[in-house]
Amino acid sequence: MILEKIKEKFLDDVLETYEFRGDLVAVIRKEIICDLMEFLKTNPALDFNILMDLTAVDYLWQERIPRFDIVYHLYSLAKNHRLRVKASVDEKDPTIESLTGIWPIADWFEREVWDMFGIKFEGHPHLKRILMYQGFEGHPLRKDYPVTKRQPLIGPVN
Amino acid sequence: MNTAQTRQHTMMLNMGPSHPAMHGIIRLVLELDGERVVNSDVEIGYLHRAFEKSSEQSGYLQVIPYTDRLNYVSPLINNMGYSMAVERLFGIKPTERCEYIRVIMSELSRVSDHLTCIGASAMELGAFTAFLYMIKARELLYQGIEMVTGARLTISYIRPGGVKADLPAEFEPHIRNAIKETRKILKECDKLLTRNRIFVDRLKGIGIISKEDALAYGITGPFLRSTGIDYDVRKNCPYSVYNRFDFDIPVGTTGDNYDRYLCRMEEMEQSLQIVEQALSSIPGGNLMVDTEGREIPAAMMVDLAKMGETEGLIQLEVDLDPTLQGGTRKYFDAVEAPEKRAVLPAKEDTYGNIEGLMQHFKLVMLGHGITPPAGEVYQAVEGGNGELGFFVVSDGSGRPYRVRVRPPCFPIMAALPLMINGGFLADIIPTFGSVNMIGGELDR
Repeated sequence: MILEKIKEKFLDDVLETYEFRGDLVAVIRKEIICDLMEFLKTNPALDFNILMDLTAVDYLWQERIPRFDIVYHLYSLAKNHRLRVKASVDEKDPTIESLTGIWPIADWFEREVWDMFGIKFEGHPHLKRILMYQGFEGHPLRKDYPVTKRQPLIGPVN
Repeated sequence: MNTAQTRQHTMMLNMGPSHPAMHGIIRLVLELDGERVVNSDVEIGYLHRAFEKSSEQSGYLQVIPYTDRLNYVSPLINNMGYSMAVERLFGIKPTERCEYIRVIMSELSRVSDHLTCIGASAMELGAFTAFLYMIKARELLYQGIEMVTGARLTISYIRPGGVKADLPAEFEPHIRNAIKETRKILKECDKLLTRNRIFVDRLKGIGIISKEDALAYGITGPFLRSTGIDYDVRKNCPYSVYNRFDFDIPVGTTGDNYDRYLCRMEEMEQSLQIVEQALSSIPGGNLMVDTEGREIPAAMMVDLAKMGETEGLIQLEVDLDPTLQGGTRKYFDAVEAPEKRAVLPAKEDTYGNIEGLMQHFKLVMLGHGITPPAGEVYQAVEGGNGELGFFVVSDGSGRPYRVRVRPPCFPIMAALPLMINGGFLADIIPTFGSVNMIGGELDR
């Protein structure tokens, strides 16, 4: 029902929908992310009012193009259902629109994705590192960041 | 008096990362106007240990010890969340007895989590007695946990497909006694704290968050419930066997520190009731299932061929791969006895007989461990502080492609400035104490 509603509204911008082990998944084009989230939040039949999680996956080892997936987990308190939305972002243009205007928690989640994967969120008020320190080079959760790489801690700047 | 000439300026104050009244290393950058907090910024990441990166480096079973160190006050719940995510990738369900054991252990962890939270935050407000009483109760529960798992904190007890070992015979009487003692202690602490003038004055009306803000920030757990929303993963999206137990979800009204304290106090009582119900209705039977969901009989460690049951076993010529990197995996299905266990054998078996040693060796060797089919799942469980989610991506190999943890503390810390801005500097202590921030899961 949820997936049909999304397909009905966004037509070709929804690339794929499927269900795996009971999780509903919608794969979409990244350009519509804000419209889709606004729709999911405000449509009374869907009513996804909580952004549970926002993260990314780097598919470098699978040699997939586009390289990254941004993964959103939504939950509806009133309807008690969940949905996973995935949007692909390529290495050459690692940007996607920010959701900070829709859910304030996206602020910190997006900062973490920027920190770990180096994906820029357009419209984010202050996109800076959150877990690593300023001055850290590279984005550690990318698959091409070596796990044994060490960087001397230079301390926070301020 | 000529006040117009007085220069107004605010003061910057760093609270943390190492501060005696902050449990956990976190830095609050505060802008103060006298005693009032004008503005604040939360800085995290001091306990970042690359949990997610490390998880991608080793097999599915080797991630479990890392999950112990996420929320180190209730590690059994983390074990359970991760194991359930891997089980769902396989599409298997653990046995009945195993589910009950998992519920009992999770609820004991939840009680010890809340005891630590309330005890520590009461201590910071000067109520040292309550802290000592509560740690005494936690000690009794820890002894029970130690009896079963063999450790107090780094337990790695719940694994995909089952649990490490069955409950020992002396567990039930010990826990029943511990529950009785814990109730007594909770009653004493209730008398000490709930109507204590100093305690109430420090908590009531402090650190308020509204329903709307809590939802917008994705806050869950006792924090959300204190605002009056009865969201609990155990009730809303029941996992394991939680739907068989009779328990209530306490909710608050105003969303201040005092409501959070009351919610946690009542939740402990509800958790103890779940443990009692589970102990009296726990079924017998096998503990573990293999990666295809078939139950493994408890005594199933000796090779069938050794007992003379050679029927169906095929003799094959196998080219061994000198690197031992799992290149010979394709032969396993043909050569092996038809058992594909996911759980490491008991240590007695590993050290006591060759089959156990081989099973253990194979499960931990790179490329030989368990391999779920390609796919991804998000599994939420109710942790001590709210919804704890594990998002596991599998590419069909022996290592998880990506393990993501949704830490329940993270949204609460993001919303902390809402609760402390405009209040007094001293009020940060009870507000921060009521969060029960755990650096291990916040920074991963």
